[in-house]
Amino acid sequence: MSSINNLRDKFRDASRPARGRLGDTLFTVIAFLAAATIILIITLLVYQLFEGALPSIRAFGADFLSSSEWDPVKDIYGARVFIYGTIVSSLLALLMAVPLSLGIAIYLSQFAPRWLRSPLGFIVELLAAIPSVVYGLWGIFVLAPFLGQTIEPFFADHLGGIPIFAGPVYGVGLFAAAVVLAIMILPTISAISRESMLNVSSDQKEAAQALGATPWETVRMSVLPLARPGIIGAIILGLGRALGETMAVTMIIGNRPEISASIFAPAYTIASVIANEFAEVTAGLHMAALVELALILLVITLLLNLLARLLVQRTGSGALKRKRS
Amino acid sequence: MQKTGIRKSLVLAAAAIAVLALIVAAAGCGDSGSSTSTSGIAVPSASLTGAGATFPFPIYSKWFDEFGKQYPQVNINYQSVGSGAGIQQITAQTVDFGASDAAMSDAELAKAPAELLHIPTVAGAVVITYNVEGVETGLKLTPDTLSKIFMGTITKWNDPALKADNPGVNFPDKDIVTVHRSDGSGTTNIFTSYLDTVSPDWHSQVGKGKEVKWPNGLGGKGNEGVSGQVSQTKGAIGYVELAYAKQNKLPYASMKNKAGNFVEPTVASTTAAVQGVVASLPADLRISLGNPDGKDAYPIAGFTYILVYKNQKDQAKGQALVSFLWWAIHDGSRYTAALDYVSQPPEMVKKVDDQIRKINYNGQSLAPQ
Repeated sequence: MSSINNLRDKFRDASRPARGRLGDTLFTVIAFLAAATIILIITLLVYQLFEGALPSIRAFGADFLSSSEWDPVKDIYGARVFIYGTIVSSLLALLMAVPLSLGIAIYLSQFAPRWLRSPLGFIVELLAAIPSVVYGLWGIFVLAPFLGQTIEPFFADHLGGIPIFAGPVYGVGLFAAAVVLAIMILPTISAISRESMLNVSSDQKEAAQALGATPWETVRMSVLPLARPGIIGAIILGLGRALGETMAVTMIIGNRPEISASIFAPAYTIASVIANEFAEVTAGLHMAALVELALILLVITLLLNLLARLLVQRTGSGALKRKRS
Repeated sequence: MQKTGIRKSLVLAAAAIAVLALIVAAAGCGDSGSSTSTSGIAVPSASLTGAGATFPFPIYSKWFDEFGKQYPQVNINYQSVGSGAGIQQITAQTVDFGASDAAMSDAELAKAPAELLHIPTVAGAVVITYNVEGVETGLKLTPDTLSKIFMGTITKWNDPALKADNPGVNFPDKDIVTVHRSDGSGTTNIFTSYLDTVSPDWHSQVGKGKEVKWPNGLGGKGNEGVSGQVSQTKGAIGYVELAYAKQNKLPYASMKNKAGNFVEPTVASTTAAVQGVVASLPADLRISLGNPDGKDAYPIAGFTYILVYKNQKDQAKGQALVSFLWWAIHDGSRYTAALDYVSQPPEMVKKVDDQIRKINYNGQSLAPQ
């Protein structure tokens, strides 16, 4: 036992850069510089955004977050409708994409015959390679008219009493944007979830099966709990993509700066308003307000990432403990 | 084995890059010296950069191309990044000329480090397109009705105001859905400037600009976003550039002009609108068409501008720039109609010439006198 430990120590020493060897030192320095670049870029980015947003922060203060006025002619700006549109469209997309992605991942990792696994996985991943402007155009010319003529009127006619399904329906709007976002984040979530499900050791599954568990029970009791950190990570990556997606959303969300109860109503996201207005803005308060929106989007993404990390740590460590014991 | 493979492909890639560089260098060497322009001024060898408006990009590319054929010693690189970016870059002096669909405001001009001149190049019309059952073509609109539709006070296609403008047309009992450009654009500026002129309500509640706070409706990105949503939504009405509407065969409305006639948007009727303001051009050429006079004038139109510094710092660049502007206003006008832009009437060209003559290097005008 002690000889094994000695050996391990030796390897550990070897993996550290030895003093006096120029190549190793150089390599360490280069690697450090590469890592430092990221920190430098982020710091500069935040600094630039903050500096650019300063006129708007000074002019509106905290009201910027709560005001839903956005009037470039009168030079009055508020972010509330955009924050709402960004978060709600992304969450709606998750609501649709997560169950579907998990279904895909479970089938591909547990039930699919071997010959079907890679082609099917490849096709799902292919969705990620489609440029977002193509999704946007497809959204305008195919999806939005389809939703506007079939699904949305059906809900509006039969469940219109519930405010979130109330009309009028246009086809384009929050719901159409969420559907496109869901399709766009599907490959991310399903691919990463599938990987983490494949990593669950077969001992666990066999143990469950030995106890007489049905296929569904095996997935529920052994695969899902152990793959949970990976699944949550996958969902967060998907959410990140949904929050920042610009082109496709801009083309079909309707771009109306308004908060309305119905998911069929047009809305507006932070990324969309920046994409729409930035090119034509000259300096001044309007520019500062757009930069402040960018800063807010960065903060939202950061907060969600932190939250996700906490979640992964909590659930992840629990699962690992169970796995070890 | 693998290592040599990688090395081989690296060598190949390097060779390919070297060959490409040689080709580019050879292409660059082709032009040298200067030739004389039709106006009798020698055009020096120079490389110009410009940035700005997207709306005139098709005609500008045509101009750069044709000018480049005549004067290969001048190389013009234009980035159509949007009017706002164009104004910003000329203000920061990172480009030799800017381009904007809207004239710069006094505040914007004050931020520039030196005096900027507006050179109007071409005018374009904005077209009202729509999608309503029973009115496949030939919808007629008055300024009042149009502004009320976009204000949201007229909400149904069978509104009495619309019926009065279009006798004999059977409108459906359908909600009107307005569609506007969600991205900042010169098209929106022309459209809202018109509404701002004809409707006191619009003026007090919305105003004009490349982006405004729209009282209602959907926002589409770009001409294709607006036309896509209009064509896909029953009961929709929106606005796009004339060239875009013609090329895509969109239905468009006739507008009632100041003289009381309903006029279809065409190059000819837009030329008539431009004619209506020539007599009253402001000295700095920041033109507002407003609601122009003229019985055949289509009223929703506007000019687009190239922005240049009055005092040029580099003689060769300044000379090349002035030569190009002079060529564009005189010789370039023959290319405009084919691309659905409107060039300036002769009376206006004289005033623009005077403006170009102000561009100088060390007090010496660079334009033909």
